[in-house]
Amino acid sequence: MAHAVEIKDLHKSFGDLEVLKGIDFTVDQGQVVCIIGPSGSGKSTLLRCVNLLEQPSKGTVRVGGVELTDPDVDIDAARRRLGMVFQSFNLFPHMSVLQNVMISQRRVLKRGKGDAERIARDNLEKVGVADKCDAFPPQLSGGQQQRVAIARALAMDPDLMLFDEPTSALDPELVGDVLSVMRKLARDGMTMLVVTHEMSFAREVADRVVFMDGGVVVEEGPPEQVIGAPRHERTRTFLRRVLDPTHSDDDVSGAGETSAQAR
Amino acid sequence: MTDQPITAEPAGPAGPAPGGSRLSPRKRQRISRGVQYVILILALVAVVLLTNWKNLAENFARFDVAAQAFPELFTVALKNTIIYTVGGFVFGSLGGLLLALMRLSSVRPYRWIAVIYIEIFRGLPALLIFLLVFFLPSAFPGFEVPGGTYGQGILGLTIVSAAYMAETLRAGLQAVPKGQMEAARSLGMSHARAMVSVVIPQAIRIVIPPTTNQFVALLKDSSLVLFLGVTSQYVELTKFGNDLASTTANATPIMVVGLTYLLVTIPLGYLAGRLEKRQAKGR
Repeated sequence: MAHAVEIKDLHKSFGDLEVLKGIDFTVDQGQVVCIIGPSGSGKSTLLRCVNLLEQPSKGTVRVGGVELTDPDVDIDAARRRLGMVFQSFNLFPHMSVLQNVMISQRRVLKRGKGDAERIARDNLEKVGVADKCDAFPPQLSGGQQQRVAIARALAMDPDLMLFDEPTSALDPELVGDVLSVMRKLARDGMTMLVVTHEMSFAREVADRVVFMDGGVVVEEGPPEQVIGAPRHERTRTFLRRVLDPTHSDDDVSGAGETSAQAR
Repeated sequence: MTDQPITAEPAGPAGPAPGGSRLSPRKRQRISRGVQYVILILALVAVVLLTNWKNLAENFARFDVAAQAFPELFTVALKNTIIYTVGGFVFGSLGGLLLALMRLSSVRPYRWIAVIYIEIFRGLPALLIFLLVFFLPSAFPGFEVPGGTYGQGILGLTIVSAAYMAETLRAGLQAVPKGQMEAARSLGMSHARAMVSVVIPQAIRIVIPPTTNQFVALLKDSSLVLFLGVTSQYVELTKFGNDLASTTANATPIMVVGLTYLLVTIPLGYLAGRLEKRQAKGR
């Protein structure tokens, strides 16, 4: 069976700046893969290459057996199978919540109004914002907006969901709502590729964690290995900084591990 | 009027004590303000004394002449002004949107065409364009602008407003965050579909306040229809006022027409300001 996502020798440069320097990895059907790493490591760019929001400079991206990097591929058709959730939500501010979730069902999948509305309401229910159908995005909290964005992606019945730091723009007390929706999705068997800084989420939900730094995959494996017992010094340094920012300069190699367990 | 403050100037330094004084800033401010009021009052007194009020009223504010302007002032002149302006605005907006999209196109010749059009027609006086429209039939024998005089007037205003609208709409399109296009594309929409459903509606919302101001400018430019040599049923406000002023040998109709313009432009300007404020709050 084809991998859900298969990335081979992926390179991406912006002008002279090489952001991705040859990435290889795969995601299998039903897997949750979390990508972690310092900012500027290329993890968001990698995610955006998976649905071709960024055109890779070199290499191939296959999703569900279809090569997206093939210039002749119908990219709009391919993207229908991929849901994307952005850090900044990117809801359409001129439409109500319900319209946000219906618009591409209607215009892209050509679903009838009744069907589209029913599916929209089901998905909004699933993410816990069913009572906000008639509100406009600017009236919602960040957490609510992000959950609507997830519902909007789910309404397209994607095979794969991409999350680009979905909780980074949220107030701390709202992060939990979004993560619990994502946890539920994972439990229901959705294939997910998640760029995140939420280590406890990665630890609990991910089947595999990929640590990136400087445009390459430094180490990958099950979360208890990559987060719990990292083999590379760079991974250890990063985790120490993320998990215990106040003591990031302390030269204790085991600090990351202990505080990760403390969480 | 301009020499008034200068003649009154000597009174100024006489008020506040010259530099290095021990006056407190507050006192100095009060004196300065007092001097400004004195100048103003002197100027007003001079205007009142020097103006020949009777003569002025005879020429600019004769009620019997003003009465002659009705009801055609509203039923013909204002109506036509609005027809020309709204027509020019609608077609200008469509043309402007097309030019703005061309300007942002990835096809280079489209960008060139848009830039050339915009630069030319923003750089020319609107009057010149009306004169060109007037001579169009002699350049293309047998050609007639559809819609007759209305068509000509609207064409002139369309050519002008399309150039301005193009720049406004381009700015509006570019002001829509990039994430909106990305989100729409991620949902499987084509570029065109994303523009129509997501980007353009937001761009239009963004440009409503500046466009209201452009509508006011266009309303004033519609006075240039005067140069198309229109017949009485097609006259707009300015020509209407000018004609009546000639027949009555009195400037009152021009004042009346001026007030009629203000009747429309001031509320619109106020509306634009409110829309702008509301938008600033919404962001």
